Amino acid sequence: MGLLSKKDAKLITDPLADNNPITIQVLGICSALAITAELKASIVMAVSVLFVLGVGNVVISLMRNIIPSKIRIIVQLTVVAALVIIVDQVLKAFAYELSKTLSVFVGLIITNCIIMGRFEAFALGNGPWKSFLDGIGNALGYGVILIIVGFFRELLGSGTLLGFKVLGDPIEKTGLYAIGYENNGFMLLSPMALIVVGIIIWVQRSRNKDLIED
Amino acid sequence: MSNKTDSNVYTILFAIGMVVVVGALLAFTAASLKPNIAENVRLEKQQNILYAMGVNENDESSAVFVDKTEAPELFKKYITKQLVIKGGDVSENNEAYLIDIKKQKAIGNDNPSERKLPLFVGEKDGKTYYVVPIYGKGLWDAIWGYVSLDKDMVVQGAYFDHKGETPGLGANIKERFFMDDFIGEHLLDESGYFKGIDVAKGNADPKNENKTDNEVDAIAGATITGNGVTAMIKSDLKLYKPYFDNLKNN
Repeated sequence: MGLLSKKDAKLITDPLADNNPITIQVLGICSALAITAELKASIVMAVSVLFVLGVGNVVISLMRNIIPSKIRIIVQLTVVAALVIIVDQVLKAFAYELSKTLSVFVGLIITNCIIMGRFEAFALGNGPWKSFLDGIGNALGYGVILIIVGFFRELLGSGTLLGFKVLGDPIEKTGLYAIGYENNGFMLLSPMALIVVGIIIWVQRSRNKDLIED
Repeated sequence: MSNKTDSNVYTILFAIGMVVVVGALLAFTAASLKPNIAENVRLEKQQNILYAMGVNENDESSAVFVDKTEAPELFKKYITKQLVIKGGDVSENNEAYLIDIKKQKAIGNDNPSERKLPLFVGEKDGKTYYVVPIYGKGLWDAIWGYVSLDKDMVVQGAYFDHKGETPGLGANIKERFFMDDFIGEHLLDESGYFKGIDVAKGNADPKNENKTDNEVDAIAGATITGNGVTAMIKSDLKLYKPYFDNLKNN
């Protein structure tokens, strides 16, 4: 990576695995449960958070020396809420179809604890470029987990991926369904997202012993 | 730096400044984009109504509206009459599609005879469609839709939409597999009484072959949204029954 120094590159790669916001820091769980019933929603959410966290981290980082420490959380909340609402309004005016897909996510983006967490833990103490990389890295780490969970929940719960019937038709009994396979409706409910995340955590920790706490 | 930003005066001034800046920014964005947004909403209503009466660009599995730029022209071409029913009187109104159903529902709660009921009469391939808007609530927020009927109150097409139902569960009411199930379903029972259509769990007819059972198959994991659809069909479409009775008698 010619563009990034080793230290900068670590800001992106760390949250992808060993310091993943969901599986290690256990942040952003609420949205991971809420919208991963299908793969498409997971991807939309991942991209939205990528944008908001990247830009938000830069804005907070630029403001870091003038934000009064007593009200810094409120300032962060205001910045992220204003950002999300402006984007939502612009999309409504110029890309109406896209805005309808996103509308459900607006509230979930604002309250996503990863966003506040990165503002508080990183952007307040680092420069804009580093903060931007940190935001992108954490959003990617979040997105990867979301997409994995969404993949398994949609595949096992509905037998589809991105809406395509990859396992055959459950009503016409074709494909896998011809030999008696059934969709597991339980996968569509939120508790199963928690269990899938749990399995990811288990796999990750069993492969990397450093992550295991005493 | 820490001394300066820690003082109470600075904190209060910063808060005031931030509120002014952010407030102005949001107000400016909202005000300058308002005409564009209103236009999009208007065109979407036309697209929705056309969709319900079968004027759409559906491919094999997904719901596709007619193009936004063509919507006004097609709307003029296919919708022959826009009616407003108020307290039993029917009148024509070329802006009936802009009537706010939510507001009318609230008016109807206090004073049913004051409620304006919009109805769109469309003509396509020699067939007459009666498109009716409906409005209700799902699990998280509002749900609404447009149902097109023939003169016997048999569903010819349906479009549903929602504000904030759960993606993958309740949000699926706007998917073809759910909306298309309504096509051909009867709203009246055999003796002509209004029965509505139930979004039923444990339906013995998942392929939806029986069109006179007043039932369609529910979506797994979306019970409350499904109940919302049932409720808005029952409460809103029922109000149009007198109009269809008249239609038959004349």
